[in-house]
Amino acid sequence: MSKPDFDRHLREPGAAVYGRRSHWLIPHVDPVLTLLLVILMAAGLLVLYSASGRDMGQIQRQMLFMGVGLAAMSFAAQIPPRILLRWSWLPYVLGILLLVGVDLFGSGAKGAQRWLAIGPVRFQPSELLKIAVPLVLSAYFGSRLLPPRFKDVCLAVAVLLVPLLLVAIQPDLGTAILIGAGGAFVLFLAGIGIRYLAVALLGVLAGAPAMWLFALHDYQKNRILTLLDPQQDKLGTGWNIIQSTTAIGSGGLTGKGWFQGTQSQLDFLPESHTDFIIAVLSEEFGFLAVLALLALYMLIVFRGLAISLAAPSMFGRLLAGTISLTFFLYVFVNIGMVAGLLPVVGVPLPMISYGGTSVVTLSIGFGILMAVRSEIDTRG
Amino acid sequence: MSPADRFLRNHRNEHLLFVGRLGFATAVMALMVGALVWRYFDLQISRHGDFVTLAERNRIHVRAIPPPRGLIFDRNGILLADNRPGFTLSIAVERAGNLDALLGALDELLDLGDSEIERFRELAARRRPYESVPLRYNLSELEQSLLAVNEYRLDGVEIAAQLIRHYPLGERFAHVLGYVGRIDERELKTLDPAAYSGIYLIGKTGLERFYERELLGRPGAEYVETNARGRVMRVLDRVPPAAGANLRLHLDARLQEVAYQALAGARGAVVAIDTKTGGVLAMASAPSFDPNPFVTGISTAEYKALIESPDNPLFDRAVRGQYPPGSTVKPVFGLAALDSGIATPSFGIYDPGFFRLDNSTHKYRDWKRGGHGIVNLYDAIVQSCDVYFYTVGTRMGIDRLHRYATAFGFGAPTGVDLPNEAAGIMPSREWKPGARGLAWYPGDTVNTSIGQGFMTATPLQLAVATSRIAMRGEVRAPRLGRTLGLSPVANPPSAAPIRVASEHWDEIFRGMRGVVEDRQGTARSAIAAMGPATYTMAGKTGTAQVVGVKQNARYDPRRLTKTQLDHALFIAFAPVESPRIAVGVLVENGEHGSSTAAPVARRVIDAFMQFYPDGTGHE
Repeated sequence: MSKPDFDRHLREPGAAVYGRRSHWLIPHVDPVLTLLLVILMAAGLLVLYSASGRDMGQIQRQMLFMGVGLAAMSFAAQIPPRILLRWSWLPYVLGILLLVGVDLFGSGAKGAQRWLAIGPVRFQPSELLKIAVPLVLSAYFGSRLLPPRFKDVCLAVAVLLVPLLLVAIQPDLGTAILIGAGGAFVLFLAGIGIRYLAVALLGVLAGAPAMWLFALHDYQKNRILTLLDPQQDKLGTGWNIIQSTTAIGSGGLTGKGWFQGTQSQLDFLPESHTDFIIAVLSEEFGFLAVLALLALYMLIVFRGLAISLAAPSMFGRLLAGTISLTFFLYVFVNIGMVAGLLPVVGVPLPMISYGGTSVVTLSIGFGILMAVRSEIDTRG
Repeated sequence: MSPADRFLRNHRNEHLLFVGRLGFATAVMALMVGALVWRYFDLQISRHGDFVTLAERNRIHVRAIPPPRGLIFDRNGILLADNRPGFTLSIAVERAGNLDALLGALDELLDLGDSEIERFRELAARRRPYESVPLRYNLSELEQSLLAVNEYRLDGVEIAAQLIRHYPLGERFAHVLGYVGRIDERELKTLDPAAYSGIYLIGKTGLERFYERELLGRPGAEYVETNARGRVMRVLDRVPPAAGANLRLHLDARLQEVAYQALAGARGAVVAIDTKTGGVLAMASAPSFDPNPFVTGISTAEYKALIESPDNPLFDRAVRGQYPPGSTVKPVFGLAALDSGIATPSFGIYDPGFFRLDNSTHKYRDWKRGGHGIVNLYDAIVQSCDVYFYTVGTRMGIDRLHRYATAFGFGAPTGVDLPNEAAGIMPSREWKPGARGLAWYPGDTVNTSIGQGFMTATPLQLAVATSRIAMRGEVRAPRLGRTLGLSPVANPPSAAPIRVASEHWDEIFRGMRGVVEDRQGTARSAIAAMGPATYTMAGKTGTAQVVGVKQNARYDPRRLTKTQLDHALFIAFAPVESPRIAVGVLVENGEHGSSTAAPVARRVIDAFMQFYPDGTGHE
């Protein structure tokens, strides 16, 4: 060991001691990301007020959820990345246990067992896994040599498949796919070989017909068929898509005006305050508002990707990148499905759809993103 | 790759790999955002117009507003057909979701009958899209409350106030006014859906049917905004309906009441005509029925009782009943004999009580056994001598009889403004081979000359013929409707008058007056029994055989059942000097025109003279 090395060695523990203490004291909330999120939430409340039929109670509850979300985000942002890394397995294991619990004891909603009630709070363990899977996989690949080798890939796929199958049998195919996508993003960003991607693609193509025949429930098949031809069952499964595209299309360039959307206000649009809220925005504020919303979402995604690029550790990069891409995927799936581009899966529009689970989960995700950023601050 | 690379982290390479992947992901994201933008552009900009149309079609529905049906008044403005508000339960099938479940729920609440449900399903199958289908009319207050309390689970149920036809004077006008009823399958195929949107009732019989087009009015429309469950949120626009034209009749409700009461307990008909105008003052058929249940849907049991009643109350005897006119045709044939020169007023015959055709042993009997002795035309009319008319009738021949009878309106519909008027039969040489497949025999002429045999006429035709006699040959089609809205009902073009010398008319008038006034007059005692009249009256009795009497047998009422008894007829006009009213009366199985039919006519004419001492004011 050379002297400079030693010096550094001497300084580092001290700094570390200081840093460990000071880390909780210095706020790590990213002001840019927070500002963008608050703008998004404010816009969401505006649309929700109309979509809920001017239900102030609903607005107050949603504001409460947002408050809880921002608090959770601020807290998550303060967690030192080192601790995240060390305890990355914990949410994963906890999530798996809860999922098993839900499959055995959970309460059903619309024929699917998804919810777990803890006191007055009901929540979906599958939401926890949307964070836990990227976390544990990022931690794993962050500590391996990259690009990942065959053994690592096999292990990662196994870690991914367990929760994925547990969610799929609930059955909640949409969430399962999103969890799978989160894991896949980690693998992809970790630099998995092209041949793996090719194999995965072939696997999906070969598996799809088998899934159709053996795994999909009738209502899931219907949703896919509906996408291809909404008119085949106008009053049944096609209703949602016909009404949402009508709402969107009739909005035009600038929309019909706040509270003036006939599709939304006269209840033709189903789930107008939850999954289909983008249709309300499209109908009442028009194409320009859709573009503005997409721009806002993309700014958030790019801010996340910027944090990811700047992260000093591979763990941080993978985690931040995956959270950003997953966030984008939610946005894309929701906006795409409401417009009839994708099958209807239960994905809310991030930060805008009414509902506490989504807001809080996403906020925690952003908090972790900010925690990754704190690594940069500490270094800097 | 050096061995070191495999075991030592190459931060630079890893970072480059990561940046590359992120770049790739960004490119893919850009494509996905592009797809979203393209899709929303397509929906919101390119196909904006289509979706606006779809959205408008979603929320805006056109509701037909049925027009109030034209009211019907008598000549003095008394309301005969009214529209009353009632509550109707309808179902908007598109919004009902599960129709069977809904009907089940309604059945529990309202106890629907199978026929009610079946009728509803028939209507529902033929409805226009989004049109609500009526299930029950005239909801009671209890039914309305039951529905209101259960509204939350009765999606698609609509309760609306509707005008429902009502006939305040009920059975008195049932036949002549007719009634409206639900549009049936056959009618639905022929009528114009636009003219009937929102309308479920249509004139079925009588004036309601004849003047259907005028009474109907034009439906309006209401453009309403509805939500996804079909609830009306607000009215966007309204095109008011145009009410149907009010129909004012020549009928006098008071006279109709008198006529109806005069027939009380009998089966028969009375028709009274304003001779100056042809306007029908009274037209009653008995027994009658209450038309109101037909409007909202009569129960099967009630309908069955009406249909199966031996008295046949639904049958309009005044315009549909065809009876042998019997001796009431004698004034017409007497006039024919004078006009054609077969007889003069002083020409007399000897009546031994029967008539025999040349080369025949068959005896055509007079109603009076032993005969009337020597009679001229006056005597023959006053005493209703059959043999006199057998004689002159045979001499005139069927062709002449047919020509004169036809001129007075026999054998053809009178053209009154009612549907399904019967024509009666005025037989002729041409008619019989077609209708009976037999040649015309001289005996047929004998029978026809006293209004028997093949000849039949409706009570309306009797009144019309009487009116033509009273007006000395002026021919007017009878009319019930006087004005529609503000314009008079169009009268059919008047036919050429019957040209007969004035003294012939005088002779017939004298004879008919004698029927009522002469000591020998067949109606004298019956009319006189009702007290002195303030006016002069001319009439003629008639008795029409229902069953034939064999050659050497006698008519014996004790051996006949009630429906085999002779029909009683009477025709009359008054005042003789300047006739204003003509009446035809028929009483089924009333046996003698003098005793049962003449008093009915007298009561109607008495009432008319009392109501209109100085004329009807419309001549």
